Amino acid sequence: MSQFQKKTQITRLERLGSDIIRITLDSPEISKIATPGQFVMVRTGKGKDPLLRRPFSISQVSNGRYFQILFKVVGRGTALLAHCREGEYLSVLGPLGSGFQIDYTTINCLVGGGMGIAPLLFLGKWMSRKCPDNLPLVVIGARTEGELEPLVKDFQEIGLSVYPATDDGSLGHHGFVIDVLKNLNLDAGSKTYVCGPYPMMLAVHLFCKEKGFSCQVSMETSMACGMGACLGCIVPVERGGYAHSCFDGPVFDAEELLWEVK
Amino acid sequence: MGSKIKEVDLGVSIGSLRLKNPVMTASGTFGYAREFEPYVNLHRLGAVVVKGISLEPRAGNPPPRIVETSCGMLNAIGLENVGVNRFISEKMEYLQVVNVPVVVNILGDTLEEYREIAERLADVKGVAAIEVNISCPNVKKGGVAFGTVPAMAAAVTAAVKQKSTVPVIVKLSPNVTDITLIARAVEDAGADSVSLINTLIGMAIDHRTRKPRLANVIGGLSGPAIKPVALRMVYQVAQAVSIPVIGIGGIETVEDVLEFMLAGATAIQIGTANFINPRASEEAVEGLAKYVAEQKLGSIREIIGAVVIP
Repeated sequence: MSQFQKKTQITRLERLGSDIIRITLDSPEISKIATPGQFVMVRTGKGKDPLLRRPFSISQVSNGRYFQILFKVVGRGTALLAHCREGEYLSVLGPLGSGFQIDYTTINCLVGGGMGIAPLLFLGKWMSRKCPDNLPLVVIGARTEGELEPLVKDFQEIGLSVYPATDDGSLGHHGFVIDVLKNLNLDAGSKTYVCGPYPMMLAVHLFCKEKGFSCQVSMETSMACGMGACLGCIVPVERGGYAHSCFDGPVFDAEELLWEVK
Repeated sequence: MGSKIKEVDLGVSIGSLRLKNPVMTASGTFGYAREFEPYVNLHRLGAVVVKGISLEPRAGNPPPRIVETSCGMLNAIGLENVGVNRFISEKMEYLQVVNVPVVVNILGDTLEEYREIAERLADVKGVAAIEVNISCPNVKKGGVAFGTVPAMAAAVTAAVKQKSTVPVIVKLSPNVTDITLIARAVEDAGADSVSLINTLIGMAIDHRTRKPRLANVIGGLSGPAIKPVALRMVYQVAQAVSIPVIGIGGIETVEDVLEFMLAGATAIQIGTANFINPRASEEAVEGLAKYVAEQKLGSIREIIGAVVIP
């Protein structure tokens, strides 16, 4: 498996909302071989604090040269990244992990919530390019229109049908993505590709299980290295013990995981 | 750069084990080495120390296992590993081909387990040394007591020495009142070297949820935050024992390596820095070669313990 540690230049930094940032990085090495669902580890500062890299899903790849990350400012690391300037360099490790297994022969539905939408954009674009006759449906949700609207547009630009939901009803369905998914009445044999908050992924998994749909989920965990050394990024699995999000995942068949039902 | 490294003498010895340079990777931060193949020319390192191996496989602790702290991180992995048999059958083949000395870190809950692992490793080709973990703070049984009571540390050392066919390094815990007492006890019991320090036991709490940030509640602190403590302990232990000391604790750069060697370390291990810069170990080797050439030293050994105390 090819992986790189690269100084990558920020070619673009966009503010999609008050605290949502999209960064475009120039790295042909990473962009050429990345597949949807894979991630990168990014150094957010130059010194010893914050010490660890931060994991980000690859949210777009273009021209075999540029890739994007999309994130919300939630702590010190993301705040530092948000204050970077175009032209600056970031140290990036990647592409890491194993991504989505795509089936082009059935109805595909991408289901995302919040920043979990990031890898689905890459996936949607990939699917529409590889198989333009079988475009995936897109069900995505966020708190408000401000957070969701730019992402809805991104999917629409590549010709995908989007079914949005917001917590406050400011865009699309007033409520959760799971309700939208249920109302789509997908045919038997449909497949879902899911990334978002844990309760959302759990709800989608349980619905898919009931309907007999396959369901792949991308898990977010805390990790130090992203390359199989620290063993921090574990997720409990159904057969007992743990899988490692960084090399077994971050994308898993939802049936393989041991879900914590509250 | 490559030719320069060959010109200078970076060689050091740990007992009967000769290393081409003093840079090793710390157990638990370098996987089984293969994980770092995309980033590091493994054969250029002094040695690699693999993830700690127990007699039986261990699943480790529940998540979260890792939390970042100021200039450092806390971990409570819980000694997750594949067990000695799978290590030998699945991991050693690759390491034999790589042509880098492999130090196998071992751990157990009883003297018998330590002895048994040492015995199984005794005839395995490519194992250059054994590092005995008597200091991991995460497992309730055994781990803490072995590392904190001199007589127990000596007993483990003797048990491993009895079965081992390669040099035995004992990795010391800093979570003791006087680390030199433990160091002397394991030297007397036949240890060929001591490595220090393992992680310092720490804790992090989320004030919003009022919960500990680690599922295990407490964990081991590593990274730049612990470097001054490690340096002090290496300095003290190097004066207390006559066997080689291997320095560990917050080492990232060649400057850090030099400081530990000046304090008395014969070799060093790079740990947490591997997570942030997977090339840290190889860069340290390159930096040492440059240093020896620029300072016109006969060998890197000249700086071991050469700190000038006014």
